[in-house]
Amino acid sequence: MEHFGLWVGAFLTLGIYSFLYRDNAWYKLCEAIFIGISAGYWVVILFWDNFYGKFWIGREEEPMLWVGAALGVLMLCRLVPRIGWISRWPLAFIVGATAGLWMMNYFSSNIMAQVQSTIMPLLGEGYSASFGEIVGNFVIAVGTFAGLIYFYFSKEHKGAFGATARLGIWVIMITFGASFGYTVMSRMSLLIGRIDFLLGDWLGLIQ
Amino acid sequence: MKMKRGEVIVLLVLAVGSVLAYLGKINGWHSGFMFPKWLSITIVSLTFLSMVWMLVRTIQGKLVERRIVFLYVGIAVALPLLMELPQKIIVSDIVRAVYTELEALQPGSKVLVSFDYDPASAPELQPMAEAFIAECFERDLTVIMMGLWPQGPQQAAMAVDSAMKRMGYTDQDKVYGVDYVNLGYQAGNEFVIQRMGSSFQSMFKTDFLGTPYEDIPLVKNVKNFSNINFSFNLSSGFPGTVEWVQVAVDRYGLRMGAGNTAVQAPTIYPYVRSKQVLGLLGGMNGGAEFETVTGLPGKAIGFMLPQSFAHLIVIGFIIIGNVAFFREGRKSRLKG
Repeated sequence: MEHFGLWVGAFLTLGIYSFLYRDNAWYKLCEAIFIGISAGYWVVILFWDNFYGKFWIGREEEPMLWVGAALGVLMLCRLVPRIGWISRWPLAFIVGATAGLWMMNYFSSNIMAQVQSTIMPLLGEGYSASFGEIVGNFVIAVGTFAGLIYFYFSKEHKGAFGATARLGIWVIMITFGASFGYTVMSRMSLLIGRIDFLLGDWLGLIQ
Repeated sequence: MKMKRGEVIVLLVLAVGSVLAYLGKINGWHSGFMFPKWLSITIVSLTFLSMVWMLVRTIQGKLVERRIVFLYVGIAVALPLLMELPQKIIVSDIVRAVYTELEALQPGSKVLVSFDYDPASAPELQPMAEAFIAECFERDLTVIMMGLWPQGPQQAAMAVDSAMKRMGYTDQDKVYGVDYVNLGYQAGNEFVIQRMGSSFQSMFKTDFLGTPYEDIPLVKNVKNFSNINFSFNLSSGFPGTVEWVQVAVDRYGLRMGAGNTAVQAPTIYPYVRSKQVLGLLGGMNGGAEFETVTGLPGKAIGFMLPQSFAHLIVIGFIIIGNVAFFREGRKSRLKG
């Protein structure tokens, strides 16, 4: 079984990468298998972990689960065009409940804490920061300010204001560039993982 | 999509080669290869010389076909896996912070590790997971594992197996249920974390193997986050580190470090600066740094050579691409 699994894994991996050469039937077969298995896997997971695991097992202990189940059924009304509008109720409930539940979380974690960590003594607490930290603090303070200026559109971007906005767009672009660099690293890591599988686990060529 | 004769021959050669290599592996005809240093240096030099040649051809107006780029990236990743060239890995403060947190814990302290990723992100996150679990075992910390992604607990089980092998432990050295436990997957995304804030048991009635929560010695007295000394989140998306920060850290005061895919790491850095996340392992590089600081070399360190080599190739092709772009631009301007 282990041998079979390795060969299937290698067959599918090479099939997907064969697209880099050109579109072909092997790639299409692997793509179809991947999509089919993914869809089937998620149906099973959602049924057993959500419907059965959450609702069916706990329905007697927690009567409120019936409300959730009823809202879930209402969502299916979308399948019948004549009563499709009913599906907006559970959607409205989800959007409202999520907004209410998470508004404060986002406000506290992503706004207040971040603003607080941006407003800091440039030279460190009690002038304790090293030269590198001081430079970093200045970059963050100036970068944040310039970035905010770029998104201020009520005044024409001219003169000193325009120069700051231009600095802001540079900061934003450098941030995107760094982020993209990380993305490239991530994709390379995945490729390394697959080639390690092919050369190591499958063919045993790596010592 | 008819195949040419040349393509069929190449495919056949590859297939026969693969079968022979596989038979060699299972029959013990070979135990893998490692290029000698002189050959590794020769291959690297030839690769870069050929790129210089491509640059010259690009300047002359002969563009590189895209499949050549793919081939070079493939070579850049594959061949270094068979090389043994020294590479210095510098441990950053942000990675060392995770190690320092573990160092400060007393033996027996409880560490919660959430595996919020699937096999697609395993090349980046699994080496981190293995190194982290191994370090916890080394320091006699007890590990409670769980997952907000369905495949997370399987990744956890594999990480434990690997860590045990790496440290040379047997099932008697680290006892399941006493030294570590796998609580399994729980559906519900961030709401699971919220419920765990009041009661772990309300979310995990049994562990991964079906043992009732109250019968597991390690978690018998663990009611909520207040009984956890440190937490580590391995994540590649939603739900993941952001949700753990928003609920477990900011609401319940959990001390947390994180290991993220390189794609996700830039979104987590602000949380590190604000000390909501105490340390971060970002991508394969973060994993390699953690393996270095713990002194437990694993796959991440081994993968850094192909990673660096591939990046150099990509940078080389960016230069070639820009040369082609500006040269083409000049020609069009001249025509215009």
